[in-house]
Amino acid sequence: MQPNDLERIAQQIRRRDLQAVFEAGAGHIGGEMSAIDILTALYFRVLRLWPDQPKNPDRDRFVLSKGHTACALYVTLAKRGFLPEDEIATFLKPHSRLNGHPNCNKVPGVETNTGPLGHGLPVAVGMAKAAKLQGASWRTYVMTGDGEMQEGSNWEAIMAAAQFGLGNLTLIVDHNRFQQGAALSDTNDLAPIRPKLEAFGWDVSEINGNAMSEVVPALERRGARPHCIVAHTNKGHGISFMQDRVDWHHKVPNAEQYKIAMAELAEDLR
Amino acid sequence: MSETMNSPKLNDCRDAFTATLERLAESDDRIVAVCNDSVGSSKLGGFKAKWPERLINVGIAEQNMVGVGAGLANGGLLPFVCGAAPFLTGRALEQIKADIAYSNANVKLVGISSGMAYGELGPTHHSIEDFAWMRVLPNLPVIAPCDAIETAAAVEWAARYPGPVFLRLSRVGVPDLLSQGHRFELGRANLLRGGHDVTLIANGTLTHRMMKAAEILAGQGIEARVLNMATVRPIDVEAIVSAARETGAILTAEEHSTFGGLGSAIAEVVVAEAPVPMKILGVPGVFAPTGSAEFLLDEFGMAPAEVADAARTLINRKAARAA
Ligand SMILES: Cc1ncc(C[n+]2csc(CCOP(=O)(O)OP(=O)(O)O)c2C)c(N)n1
Ligand SMILES: [Mg+2]
Repeated sequence: MQPNDLERIAQQIRRRDLQAVFEAGAGHIGGEMSAIDILTALYFRVLRLWPDQPKNPDRDRFVLSKGHTACALYVTLAKRGFLPEDEIATFLKPHSRLNGHPNCNKVPGVETNTGPLGHGLPVAVGMAKAAKLQGASWRTYVMTGDGEMQEGSNWEAIMAAAQFGLGNLTLIVDHNRFQQGAALSDTNDLAPIRPKLEAFGWDVSEINGNAMSEVVPALERRGARPHCIVAHTNKGHGISFMQDRVDWHHKVPNAEQYKIAMAELAEDLR
Repeated sequence: MSETMNSPKLNDCRDAFTATLERLAESDDRIVAVCNDSVGSSKLGGFKAKWPERLINVGIAEQNMVGVGAGLANGGLLPFVCGAAPFLTGRALEQIKADIAYSNANVKLVGISSGMAYGELGPTHHSIEDFAWMRVLPNLPVIAPCDAIETAAAVEWAARYPGPVFLRLSRVGVPDLLSQGHRFELGRANLLRGGHDVTLIANGTLTHRMMKAAEILAGQGIEARVLNMATVRPIDVEAIVSAARETGAILTAEEHSTFGGLGSAIAEVVVAEAPVPMKILGVPGVFAPTGSAEFLLDEFGMAPAEVADAARTLINRKAARAA
């Protein structure tokens, strides 16, 4: 699938995500909008997957470590055929499989349960190590938030991945510069992220994570060492009044804002 | 749980917590607040505005947060370490054990949005294991206030108490149950309603549900004693033994797993001191399905009418034993 098609799909996912959050009256829309281009590239171009066999042992693995943006993953998985698209309407409803954080025992395509930050990368290191030990060709991708990288568990995993020489592991840091309550720079600043990962023995690419033409080649890069993509993104990308505004971490649009946001997301749909 | 026509005002106990903390901090400059990117969810915005340098936000790093708290206490400060209860207790459990409890550091751990307050966010965000995890640790009082009045009183008490404390707060609204001017006493239950047919014991968000259940029972001619037992450790042995001897049956309810929480702590006393029929209501050892906190409490048999049913079943068991 070509970048143009991927952009169109990403836009459709943004619209469905916005609708789901609006209708459920809850969600984490800012971090969903920043991540959706990368999720789209992964699920519609990069990952080797069989939606009708979600546990096929040869599948590539993807772990959404920033599990609070589950809704974007649900919409992407539904669009890719892992679950019925109309099930998105049950997001957060009583007894729905689609709660606020992804559950691998209920939702096909989810690999491990996330929600507490700082869990996905260690699990992904285990997955990549398993593939390597068995000489398997499947790859492991994991996406963390940038605020999430403040958790020490990530840095333990980063050391392990380098030590194990996990060339089959790609970490994407959704570097949208904001966490829950404030900008990273006003909380516990990690930037610049690149030299830290390089010092730990990783290959690092730095890209615009909201530009498909940069996202796809970065995800397809192969090397001998674990690879970190520092994806510069905008929290709330695509919706002007949400972009780079910390309160949109988990705010929900009102009816008027919803209309404006939908209109803005429609404009780019060719 | 359905609301009645004249429902009382519901309070978010986090507001009572921060109002009290700010009042105490005016006159005690040892007080500092420590948090994990949780200024908003811990309602620390006002504290931060007044004393920006006394609000220590370590970022999303709970293990570091608790360790830093222990160091601040060692350095002569009085830290209130605040974070969402599941991450504060679960993520930093070993720090709480070694740095706080074992080291007997004068740190106040404040678990916010405990129980199933985060409802739809799912089991990773539910804190229904924290009584069990915390109450096995020596040196660490475990307290879950039932309303805003008790929250304020417990915060005031904790600031004076020279040792570690775990305060478990919710974000779900609760009515006032205790009287204004209430003073908190560690390990002492409060008698909210007298009765001799059965005793209902709860804390936190469940106490007011117990009061409603007692009203239902009263309408059926059953006089239930209601105890608010905010302190899970040290447990009020005297109140439990009296309840067992004087009412002959004990029903407990908590926004926690039925394994290892308030009911378990009470059962440990009942079995050893005064065995009587007992039932523990809570989350029955499962990961909860999707739903709001109130929905899930009802789902797990803690709607007042169902609590009343459980109480009547217990009373029948008591009668069967006597016969
Ligand atoms: C261990 C843990 N601590 C705290 C939280 C609460 N929390 C949820 S999202 C979030 C901010 C995450 O920021 P970031 O990683 O930058 O995510 P994004 O900007 O992509 O939404 C926080 C603190 C959590 N889920 N897990
Ligand atoms: Mg971020």
